[in-house]
Amino acid sequence: MKRRIADLLVTATVAVWTLAPIVWVVSLSLKPASLQNDGRFLPASPTLENYTGLFTNPMFTTALRNSVGISLIATTVSVIVAVFAAYAIARLRFRGNGAVLGLALGLTMFPAIALVGPLFTLWTDLGLFDTWLGLIIPYVSFSLPLAIWLMTAFFRTIPWDLEESAQMDGATRLQALLRVIIPVAAPGVVTTFLLTFLACWGEFLFAISLTSTDQSRTVPAALAFFTGESEFQQPYGAIAAAALMVTVPVVILVLLSQRRIVAGLTSGAVKG
Amino acid sequence: MAAPALLLMVAVTVVPVLRTAALSLESYSLSAPSERAFAGLDNYGRILTSETWWQDLAATVVLTVTSVGLEFVLGFALAMAMHKVLWGRQLLRTVVLVPYAVLTVVSAFAFRFAFQPSVGFVGGDFNWLGETWSAYSVIVLTEVWKTTPFMALMLLAGLVTVPGEVYEAAKVDGAGAWQRFWRVTGPCVRPAIVVALLFRTLDAFRVFDTVYIQTQGAVGTETLSFLSYRFLIRDLEVGLGSAVSVLLFVCVAMIAVGFVRAFRGES
Repeated sequence: MKRRIADLLVTATVAVWTLAPIVWVVSLSLKPASLQNDGRFLPASPTLENYTGLFTNPMFTTALRNSVGISLIATTVSVIVAVFAAYAIARLRFRGNGAVLGLALGLTMFPAIALVGPLFTLWTDLGLFDTWLGLIIPYVSFSLPLAIWLMTAFFRTIPWDLEESAQMDGATRLQALLRVIIPVAAPGVVTTFLLTFLACWGEFLFAISLTSTDQSRTVPAALAFFTGESEFQQPYGAIAAAALMVTVPVVILVLLSQRRIVAGLTSGAVKG
Repeated sequence: MAAPALLLMVAVTVVPVLRTAALSLESYSLSAPSERAFAGLDNYGRILTSETWWQDLAATVVLTVTSVGLEFVLGFALAMAMHKVLWGRQLLRTVVLVPYAVLTVVSAFAFRFAFQPSVGFVGGDFNWLGETWSAYSVIVLTEVWKTTPFMALMLLAGLVTVPGEVYEAAKVDGAGAWQRFWRVTGPCVRPAIVVALLFRTLDAFRVFDTVYIQTQGAVGTETLSFLSYRFLIRDLEVGLGSAVSVLLFVCVAMIAVGFVRAFRGES
């Protein structure tokens, strides 16, 4: 019984710590403009006006479209390339095998800011500044290392004997791959997709450096440039509402695939 | 089949990186492009003799050490809790993932508003983000909130590898809880600790988003990433900004090498 109470106490403390900032943003998003400065944790008279205002604000709606489009395209490209690379690394023995993983690891350590300068000047010359493609390319390159590492870790856990025994039973190599390996690897692909998407969705530095208008600015960048009805009043409620609109769906997605996310995040740590 | 990945990484990362290195040797400002010229190591000299660089380096180190230190202590406690707790375990493992899924920009706003006089619930008229040390505290708190779960998960991955039998054997042999922790748990978890600390230190050293949203580098909170951004994007000083980027990379590489050396030396 004592054990039970102690356990629940720990869980409750952690829950309060992790959820408090979220509840606070929810509360802020529900405060009417006139009461944004009341300093209370919970709203005195909750209203949805911040949310209705959001969807009539073209700055937010276009940013949301940019975020969805850019993140989805970048993630898809990144995962497809990573699947092939990881399959090769895990399954086939070839020279330069370690070089790909080593380069990927080296790149994850590289400060993103070091890419901003050359990309900024290069994109201006090539006409890619402030375009979708101008963000998709760096997003693919910075998320690729993570995707390759995750996919390689997954592929290494697959018992490849399965593929061989399928071939023994008369399946062609392609059939063996499609029927046996792909279904086993699917959860890994889904997890990699999700974690890669998460990284692109929240990216901020490239988003503010390589864009200048609504044309390609993603939500994280747009949030930083949000202004209220008057230029001098910070629209706390609107920022909070917008922040939640891009956070809540992702949080739900992560919680739904909780087990896989944890496995994916920790697969690197176990091997040390 | 790994070739496309390799090509892509080289094309969009290695090539720009080499370009940064080349640009760092030029006197090149986009506001005066006609005066572009090769400058050798001039930019490096200017930066390394400036007060700004050393101040920003100090700020970056302070923020990195305090946030990673706190994250490690809290993360280890959290990992132990996730490992040991039986009642509410599922709930615990679920809520831990919430900060991980939240965008850095969003958590930065949440904490900024919470500490803002008259708006935030933290209360008082004290302008937390207006003074150096209190601004540091808010930035560190935000970073710790956001990334402790990641640290905890990495450490948990190490904890689950501790073989139960060895642990039980030590217990039978009369080892106390403290001894078991140091002699059995510690060595097993060490690889996970090294990886978690390395990842988080490298990440923390490049801190940008939180600083941008919360202080814009004011009151002595400018970090090296922010300095580089300020030169490159705001002041359009391509040469100087590139040199800061290269120096930042050198710092990051030194941290990584230092970690690997320290780890190898111990074992």
